[in-house]
Amino acid sequence: MPESSPLSDLRRVRLIRVLPLLLAVLAAACGGGGTRTEQPAARPVSNPVDPATAGTISGRITLVGTPPAPQPVKTASDPNCKAPVTKADVVVGSNAALQDVFVYVKDGLGTLVFPVPSQPVILSQEGCTYRPHVLGIQVGQTLELVNGDDTLHNIHAVPKNNGEFNVGQQFKGFKNTHVFSTKEVMVPFKCDVHKWMSAYVGVVDHPFFAVTGADGSFELKGLPPGTYTIEAVHETLGTQTQSVTLAAQGSQSMSFSFKI
Amino acid sequence: MLHRFAAIVAASTALLLFAGGMVTSTGSGLAVPDWPNTYGWFMFSFPMKYWVGGIFYEHTHRLIASTVGFLIVVLAVWLWRAEPRAWVRRLGFVALGAVVTQGILGGLTVRYLLPDPISIAHASLAQLVFCLTVTIALVTSTGWMRAYSHDGTAPVEDRTLRRIALTTTSIIYLQILVGATMRHTEAGLAIPDFPWAFGHLIPPHWDARIAVHFAHRAGALLVTSVALATAGHVFHHHRKQSPLVRPAALLLGLLCVQVTLGALTVLSGKQPLINSFHVVTGATVLATSLVLTLRAHRAQFTALAETRTGLPEYLTSTHAPAAPRTGAGA
Repeated sequence: MPESSPLSDLRRVRLIRVLPLLLAVLAAACGGGGTRTEQPAARPVSNPVDPATAGTISGRITLVGTPPAPQPVKTASDPNCKAPVTKADVVVGSNAALQDVFVYVKDGLGTLVFPVPSQPVILSQEGCTYRPHVLGIQVGQTLELVNGDDTLHNIHAVPKNNGEFNVGQQFKGFKNTHVFSTKEVMVPFKCDVHKWMSAYVGVVDHPFFAVTGADGSFELKGLPPGTYTIEAVHETLGTQTQSVTLAAQGSQSMSFSFKI
Repeated sequence: MLHRFAAIVAASTALLLFAGGMVTSTGSGLAVPDWPNTYGWFMFSFPMKYWVGGIFYEHTHRLIASTVGFLIVVLAVWLWRAEPRAWVRRLGFVALGAVVTQGILGGLTVRYLLPDPISIAHASLAQLVFCLTVTIALVTSTGWMRAYSHDGTAPVEDRTLRRIALTTTSIIYLQILVGATMRHTEAGLAIPDFPWAFGHLIPPHWDARIAVHFAHRAGALLVTSVALATAGHVFHHHRKQSPLVRPAALLLGLLCVQVTLGALTVLSGKQPLINSFHVVTGATVLATSLVLTLRAHRAQFTALAETRTGLPEYLTSTHAPAAPRTGAGA
């Protein structure tokens, strides 16, 4: 006998049974992921280093060889990126000074625990470029992510030891913050909207780090006397380490030379 | 009319596969960080001026996916109201469930930052959704129906063909799974040269990504072998059966294109358009083999219908005006 209605009661019952399951899966899809909140360990409020004994390690980093010329980036995929953008993995200043090298104390601080600065470190997007390209931050310190462009950006960090995150910024002036819970050198940042955008963040658990500027120099101030392993990290040229002993109120100079 | 609509749905699903291929090929899977919204906007009201960079690929993929989802809803309802064969009606709902699941997997993979298992499942289910829409388009076609009508053209009864065709389709799908794994584990250029592997026949060194990549290349050889066996069987034993000869010939032609695209994908350093055409051509290879397999099994559908209803199978077809909707038709 032909059915009087296309939707039989049996089919309705089946549909009603399946719907809650679908809704539960949908709720899981809508509820997960997103930005993760990382909780760093508690930190002291005062610096454990006696200022009367503190010394300084300084130095300069150079490049041996000729770096490739900066390449213009095709930004036509976003008409809002009007300013010309060039991509240079190796930036060299005068006298072979190597820029954008993250230098930090890798080892030697023992069990000293340092306070976390209350001021945030800012990573901005200007002219469809991350600025600065390389920066350092302490575990527990706030990283402020700012959109300085009249376009959309997504900020996508792909660390190995910390939690990966990906946030969108809809308009100019939009801000997000993030706090890293674990030391990690380096954390790459990218923008999946604009493929050419990249930045690197060195996350350490003390304040003794620096990023070389156009003159290739760096300075690590306020270190207690001791023997340290200093590491210099470049995004494409790799890593170099040196050992140095610092006397009380002393100063030490060192140099790194990367080859291309 | 229903068949034409089903064919349009299948074609739309192929377009969706291409769009999905462009998302992964351009590395745009996370260009829109939120889901189901787009940068906080309701997906369908997201301003076009912001369809820039990687957002363009991800957002258009979502819009095409929504359209395909809607079309499959219409198809399922249409089948439910107009199709006398219960298994075909059920197929509509299976397709609907699959496309809903596919949408949720797409959302999950964005929300959880492209975890490999979810991304691979998303890519693999996409192929099944395509296969379902192709199957519905096939079984609602007049060519398929003619076999119901006892007009003198008996479907082929060839056990060997059924086995090798089914084996070929299964191996193609497994090959696509390996391809999806390679794609989502960034192993597409793990072996950077072609046809050699680091200048050798067999890679001189191995890691997980090289293994996946090499498995995909070896899989291509296996697929080619079984496809040649199937097509050869058809050409030799059923050369007058155009419903079998056409997909067999098309299968070989598409395989040539597919192998070429695979080689070009490597040699071009994964150029996004070539890479995406490789994805969608792989899907059409699978669908073509599926069509051949289903047609090779055509007689089984007839036998099954007669077993279930006790009636000549044509009486349960859409051509039978008083066909009972008992749910047992073939």
